[in-house]
Order: sequence, then structure tokens, then C-alpha cells
Amino acid sequence: MSELIRLNLSDALAGLEKGDFSASELTGAYLAAVEEVRPLKAFITETPEKAIDMARASEGRRKKGDAGLLEGVPLAIKDLFCTEGVLTTAGSHILDGYQPVYESTVTANLWKAGAIMLGKANLDEFAMGSSNMTSYHGAVENPWRARGDNRPMVPGGSSGGSASAVAAHAAAAAIGTDTGGSIRQPASFCGIVGMKPTYGRCSRWGIVAFASSLDQAGPMTRTVRDAAIMLRAMAGHDPKDSTSVDRPVPDYAKALTGEVKGLKVGVPKEYRMDDMPGEIDALWQQGIDWLKAAGAEIVDVSLPTTKYALPAYYIVAPAEASSNLARYDGVRYGLREEGRSLDEMYEATRAAGFGQEVKRRVLIGTYVLSAGYYDAYYNKARKVRTRIAEDFAQAYEKVDVLLTPTAPNAAFPVGEMLDDPIRMYLNDVFTVPASMAGLPAISIPAGLSEEGLPLGLQLVGRPFDEETVLRAAGVLEEAAGFDAEPTFLAGRG
Amino acid sequence: MIQGNTGEWEVVIGLEVHAQVISQAKLFSGASTAFGAAPNSQVSPVDAALPGMLPVLNRFCVEQAIRTGLGLRAQINKHSVFERKNYFYADLPAGYQISQYEHPIVGEGTIYLDMPDGSTKAVGIERLHMEQDAGKSLHDQHPSKTYVDLNRAGVCLMEIVSKPDMRSAEEAGAYLRKLRAILRYLGTCDGNMEEGSMRCDINVSVRPVGQPYGTRCEIKNVNSIRFVQQAIEYEANRQVELVEEGGTVQQETRLFDSRQGVTRPMRTKEFAHDYRYFPDPDLLPLELDQAWIDEIASSLPELPDDKKQRFQDDYGLPAYDAGVLVADQETADFFESVAKGRDAKTAANWIMGDFFAALNRSGAGLSESPVDAGKLGGLIDLISDGTISGRIAKEVFEEMWESGKDAGAIVEEKGLKQISDTGELEAIIDDIIAKSPEQAAQVKEGNQKVIGWFVGQVMKATQGKANPGVVNKILRQKLGA
Amino acid sequence: MAVDKETVARIAKLARIEVDEAQQEALAGELSNILGWVEQLSELDTEDVRPMTSVVEMSLPLREDEITDGQRAEDIVANAPETSHGFFVVPKVVE
Ligand SMILES: [Mg+2]
Ligand SMILES: [Zn+2]
Repeated sequence: MSELIRLNLSDALAGLEKGDFSASELTGAYLAAVEEVRPLKAFITETPEKAIDMARASEGRRKKGDAGLLEGVPLAIKDLFCTEGVLTTAGSHILDGYQPVYESTVTANLWKAGAIMLGKANLDEFAMGSSNMTSYHGAVENPWRARGDNRPMVPGGSSGGSASAVAAHAAAAAIGTDTGGSIRQPASFCGIVGMKPTYGRCSRWGIVAFASSLDQAGPMTRTVRDAAIMLRAMAGHDPKDSTSVDRPVPDYAKALTGEVKGLKVGVPKEYRMDDMPGEIDALWQQGIDWLKAAGAEIVDVSLPTTKYALPAYYIVAPAEASSNLARYDGVRYGLREEGRSLDEMYEATRAAGFGQEVKRRVLIGTYVLSAGYYDAYYNKARKVRTRIAEDFAQAYEKVDVLLTPTAPNAAFPVGEMLDDPIRMYLNDVFTVPASMAGLPAISIPAGLSEEGLPLGLQLVGRPFDEETVLRAAGVLEEAAGFDAEPTFLAGRG
Repeated sequence: MIQGNTGEWEVVIGLEVHAQVISQAKLFSGASTAFGAAPNSQVSPVDAALPGMLPVLNRFCVEQAIRTGLGLRAQINKHSVFERKNYFYADLPAGYQISQYEHPIVGEGTIYLDMPDGSTKAVGIERLHMEQDAGKSLHDQHPSKTYVDLNRAGVCLMEIVSKPDMRSAEEAGAYLRKLRAILRYLGTCDGNMEEGSMRCDINVSVRPVGQPYGTRCEIKNVNSIRFVQQAIEYEANRQVELVEEGGTVQQETRLFDSRQGVTRPMRTKEFAHDYRYFPDPDLLPLELDQAWIDEIASSLPELPDDKKQRFQDDYGLPAYDAGVLVADQETADFFESVAKGRDAKTAANWIMGDFFAALNRSGAGLSESPVDAGKLGGLIDLISDGTISGRIAKEVFEEMWESGKDAGAIVEEKGLKQISDTGELEAIIDDIIAKSPEQAAQVKEGNQKVIGWFVGQVMKATQGKANPGVVNKILRQKLGA
Repeated sequence: MAVDKETVARIAKLARIEVDEAQQEALAGELSNILGWVEQLSELDTEDVRPMTSVVEMSLPLREDEITDGQRAEDIVANAPETSHGFFVVPKVVE
């Protein structure tokens, strides 16, 4: 059976279509893989019974001839998506035992398309982190190891469980959420494809909120085509989300023409940082050459506000989070630590329920919003955001898409950087600007570091121009021909 | 004005009214706004702030706020912003209230108070903004626990903030009555303070006449006009005494104890309330287009002030009467149907006199009154065509109220028709004069008062049915007065 | 912007997170570092820049005034740590 889990999502769909194997067989193979990769702690909750039932139902639909877009494909779901009747933790102690009575719009869309849930993937607590070390349910391990180094590596974060599961072939694909790079950076660390669509493209309804003006769901897959298929199923207007955009969802796979002749690709000079490792710089140059060779026109552009995006992000995101996380108070759901007064109960519950990084960000957010500091911090950051968006808008007058590295470094050993928040935050230096401007961006595996760890390249597009991003990504993927395998691959025995 | 030992003190009052908007569903969720349901049965996951839930704005609530703004002759802001007011409380599920702060939907306006002497006084409206109501905390269900019901959580409120333009408890009362009348005319709030659909926070300060404003205290959540006035009286006097005894007023939030009739500081100290307002990232700014505002403006009913003016102009009523009659729509309509084709002043007098008196005695509402507009009109007709005298009319009215019959029938049955027939009256009068020679003599000697005695006698003889005018005329002839 | 222990205590109170003396010390350092790093924003002139309200070019959607939810009290309290007679229950609050 283990060869079934080698199939990427598109090929699995083809096989199911042809009847080479059934949804139950495919699901069975993946359930075995999920068990096998438990040491990676990629899943917080496994849902085998549910998966088996969903697979059977899927077979019924296929027989009746009404197969959906993702009919019979087993997926890992980041545990930030509320799933009806299934434990939903956001990687936090404070949501202990929480079973939603509703299904998030994005997961509901996936099930409507015929997809199957394998389980809830591990993540940084409340999606706050770039290493997946902040999860109350344990640090996820990256299936990749550095050459000649047996220390476990981080998968990146916050969607580290999703990335790790896909890379280890414990899921045909996964969904994650991206606030400042939480899909793209782990995709880069784990050698998979990860896409953050335009803000407003996928509904946020039913996703545990981190930073409402930045959060966006997206696919994490083995190929660009898989990402295109997944996104089509996930996206769409949702009247329950006031920031969800009402515009038609294209058939993204159709955009994969393999053709970039005349496409103008921008290379922002501000992303070339002095202390950037040579191998990152080299990979970036490699990407530029690949696209040029494919007939794209390379244009140097400037995004002057780039260096301010990250500090501005660390005002906006914590500020919104400090308010979004106020509802975790021990009254209506989740953990409660008793106290003699209401305030004592709140303070004890939130002290016990939140981890160190979450507390740090909630306190920063509370501080920057508090009396007298609003203009100096939050309002300033909102103005910086406007400048960042203007930078991109100007660039897109000259170019169709931007090419940058996804992260300034490859995966690092579990346990590192924990004591140095700012160094940790710098993991997102290349992904945060697109988040601040709400732009669609993708990371694709493009090569290996000297130590043999995956490195990704990022493409950033115009608002709602996911198609151009995917088209360019497809060409880059083809050129890179990334076929290296992680140290830990399910079904390899 | 308060007369203190050190001189005259001026009371300065501003009111913040929370008015519950009349709508089917809540401001940001599809749950019902109806009262009295089982705990947490009118709550959606949005209202309970379950993880991942998002707000979507109710169009009708916005319309109601605009309508109210127009009714308050206020500026409608085409750009307004919903912000989060962050604080922790058991009945505030999200840990923040979605409200409006820097950019409210309605700006400055004016309310004209109708004072008892018939004069009016303008009170400025500072702003009106939309916000969510909180849930309900029940502290008396359990010795050591508080119970929380979220049925109210998320219901749309309008917070209407006045300028500190009121100078007495009486003015505050007039303000609340007028505001309530306007909201009821508009149909944007039922104005029922007892049920909490209109709640009032009072800001009170005192100052020696002509001095700058003193430190104010806020009295929270007072739930009747009478209590508002009591609270102001008490609080103003407390502050005057305090200051005159050399103390200083602390800016604080106080509660009104309606049993003791006193205000006292809230026990939960507002330690550094820092609400950390910021625009709600789940919502975009609210942009209104003029066409919609105009459409709403064109659908506004005639409001109390315009009605009052019209009653003065068209019916020639004094300002006071007009003010009383327009206080609520039902009374105004009742008056207009009674006054139709009749003497308006007589109609007004009857409504504000015997009719209101009877209504108050019975405790019934206008709609349940046994005497409807048509019947009251019929009674007035009988007076004006001389069928009955005003005195008899009062009797007839009481009978109408008891039996629900109309005036004509009662007059017939009881034979209360007024006697104006000269022949009939002369006979009666001759008879009385004959029986009272010495009184007659006194009149002839010029003692006019005695004529009144004769009138009385005639009335007695006719059980009050004699036409007083005619009787006087005949008496004067016969007695040569 | 250096944050001292007292400030940490104040914002921890605002955020309703119990923080003991030792943590206050540590957090004061961490927050000061982060805020110090954020300070670089002041280099950037944003004098006449309008603050971003939304990254998406769209207007606020409005829904019709219809009852579409409620009558599901058991769902609402389903995950509550303590309930009684359909109410949420918390330690006594004095007003
Ligand atoms: Mg207020
Ligand atoms: Zn309010």
C-alpha cells in the first residue's frame, strides 16, 4: 500500500478517477503513515474513524458519478480550523477539551469537495511562532535532518505540523494559515509548496483568530498543481466573514501553462540583506536565472519600506492578538483555573493556559494599545502598512510578479533561538511584507542548503492574481526539479 | 440653583442614554432580540464569542441609527468606524465591546425641552453612536456565584450623549421625556426604562454661579425618570455640602440606591480603566451614501416639535396645551380626531381635563378607554349646540365612562336636555317669585346678589337643566333689575 | 522604550494574566528589547500617510435584519467549565 502515499494529490485524484484504487485504500495507506510518523508530533489529534467513514462516503459519491474536486483525497488540517465535534486546540492549553459545534467555512468547503480528514495538525500556540516549538502539545519535528547531524530540526511555523506531515508523506496535502509567513516559511523548511492567497480570498470564519487583518488560510502541498487544485476548493465568498471578497474563483490549475515568456519578474533590491547567508543569495540568483532562461524578463525594483515591515508587524499582530485572545477567559469553554474572585479566576486561567510566547505577545499588544501609546505604535504601524502597500503597488506598475527567497535561513535544530525572540522573528523577514499588504505569495522548494536542508523561493503577486503567481511557480518548480527526499519518509520501512 | 451657606450653586448635568434599537436580530448576529426567553436561548456563537466567530453588520440597525440622528436634527457622518472597547467582564464574552469611538455615525444635534411654563429650552446632543449590549449577570441566584445569561449580548444600542446643558433635575426629566417621545415617534426604541430598553448614566457637577465647571461624578444605569431626578437632587446637594465643608469632589462612578434615595461609589473600583480602543479588524469602515440618508429622511414621521407648532398654528392652542397633547403620538392623534370640525380649545380642555383625569383614575391606556374620540366629540357637540350645559356635560361624561354609551343616548334616557323654552321657564320663575316676596323686594331695592339666589332656585327646580342665560334674562325683566 | 517591572505589572493586570515578581523582571527585559527594536519605525516619516484601514478594496457588507440563529442554548454552553440551569457560572461579582 505504501506506494499510494507516494502519489501527489493530482496523481492520487487521477488514480481514484481511473479506479486504480479506492478512497478507502488510499485513506488506509495514509492512516498507517500517520501512525508511523507519530515521532514527528505532526498531529495533535488523529481522526481515523472519521477518515474511514468519510472515505466510504466518498466512494459512494464517486459511484453515483458526483465526485467533487478533491474526491477521496486525505488531508491534514491545521488545528486552528474549528472542526465540528473534533477537538480543536490552536496548540494551546487554554482550549483544553474544546469541541466546536460548527465547522469552519474552509474545511466545510474541503469536505464539500470530497476531501477526507486524517487529523488535526500541530502548530505553534495560537499560530504564534516560526519553529513550532511553542505548541502546548509538543514541538513538531522536521522530517529532514542536516547532513552529519542527528539533532531534530524544526519544521518552521506556525503551520509546522501540516508541513511536516506533507513532507513525510503522511498526508496527500494539508491546509495551514499564514499571518506573517506561517505557511510559506514552514513550506520552505520542509521542502514543500505553501501558498498564502490574497487576504479575503479564503473565509476566516471558523479559524481561531490570531491577527484578524493578516490571517489567511492556504494550501500546503507537494506540487504547485496540487496547490492550485486545493486553493480552488478552499476559496470563495463567505457572507459570514465581512472581509471575505465576493469575486468568482478561477480554475487555478488552468493557469499552469508552463509559459512565462515576456512575464515581467521583479527583484526587490531591499531583500538583499548584508548578513544574508551566501547560499540563500545563490539560490535566489539561481531562481532568477531559471526564469530568465524560460523567457521571463527580469526587472530590478525597489520596495523602500521593506525593512520596516517586520517591526510594524510586531506591533499590528500582537495588538490584534491581545484583543482576539481576550475571549479565552475560562467562562464559556476551555481551561478554567479557579479563583476566589472573577478577576483571580481570569488571571489564574490565562496564566496557566497561555504559553510564554503567547503571553509575551499579548502583553506587547496590550502595551502598544494602552493609553498614550496608541499613536506612537499602533497608528504608526498602520501608516507603515500603507507605505508598504504603496511600495508594492508601484512595483506592480512595472512588473507582474516578484521573486525573493522565502526565508533567510534553512531549518535549525529544535531548541535554538527560543531565548532570542527577535532572532526568531527575523525568520519571517521576507514573508511579512506580502502579509502586511495582503498580497498572494507562494513558496516552492528550489534547492538544498550546504547541510542538505530544503530552501524555498517566494513569488509574490498582485492582489487576487494568484494565477500569475501559480504560473510562474509552476515554471520555477519545473526548472528546479526538486526531488530530494527527507530523512524520515513514511512507508520507507 | 442650590442655595448653599456660601452662596448660590449651579448644577451642571449631562446625560448618556443607552437606547435599545428596535430590530428583529442583533447588531452583528442573526439571533433574536426578543426579551424573556430561556437563558442563552437567543444567543448565536458570534454573541458567545466562540473561537473563530465573526461579526456581520445588521443593515436595519444602521438605518435606525440614521433615522434617530435625523430625528435629533443631528449631523449624519457618512464615514464612521466600529472600534473595539477592550475590558474584561463576565457578561462581555469577547473581552471587548464593538462600539464607535473616534468616528460615531451621528454628530451634533439639538433637543428642545418643553418646560411646564410652556417655554422651551435647547439642549445640545454631543453624539450618537452604535454599540453592542452586554449580557446579563445575576448576582442573587447563588451565595458565592454569579450566573451569566447572554441573551442580551450583542443587541444593538444607541448611546446618545448630551452636552452638559441641563441645570436642574426638572430639566433632566424633561430631556428624558422628550428624547423618549422622539424615539417612540421614530419607532427606533420603545423607550421603556423599566424593562431597561432605555438606560441612563448621569454626569453631575456643581459650581458657584459664574465659575468654571466643577469635578463631575457619573451615576450609572438609573432606570426611571423619577430616579434620575432623585439621584440628581441628592448628588448635587452632596457635592455642595462636601465642597462647602472644605472637601473636594472625586471624579468617580456612583450607583443610585433607589430604596435609600442616595448615591454611593461603586464597590468595584475602576482601577485605571484603559479601554485600548482600536478599529475592529473584522469590520471595515461604514461608508453611507447620501441617497440612502435622503430616503430615510423622506420617510420620517411628523415629530413632536413640528406637531406642537402645527397645533398652535392650526388649532390656536397655547404652547403648553400643544406640548402636553404631542407628548405621545396616540394622544396627539386622539386630539386631532376629537378636534376635527369642533372647537379645538374645548376639545383640548376636555381631553386634558375630565378625560385624562378619568384615564388616570382607571389606570387604563388611551386605547382601552371606554370613551373613544367619536364619543367624546359627540358630547362636545351637545354642549356647543346648547342641548346640554357644561355642568350637565360633566355628569354625562361620567355616565359615558361607566356605561360606554354615547352622550346623546344618555341625555335622552335621563332627560338631561337643557330647558331654553321661555314660556316653560317663565312659568317656573313666576311661581318662585310668588313664593319669595321679600327676596324679590331686595332685588328691586338694588341688591343684585340676590339674583344669583333666584338662579339657584330655578336650577334646583329644573335639576340644573335650565339654560342659565335665558333664566338670567327673564329674572331681570320680571324683577326689573 | 524601556519597560519596567511596574509597567509589566500594570499591563499584565489589564490583560488579566497573573505574573509573579520573577517573571515581571524577565518580561520587563524581553519587552524592552522588542519595543527597542520596534523603535526603528520612528526613522520613517509617515507625516501625511493615512493609516491603513483594510488591505482589501471593498466596502463593509450589510446583512438583512432577519433571525437566522439562536434557540440552541445547549450548543452555546456545551463546552462551559461550569453551568447551572442553562446559565454560565462564574465566581461572585460585587458591584
Ligand atoms: Mg458611555
Ligand atoms: Zn455605551
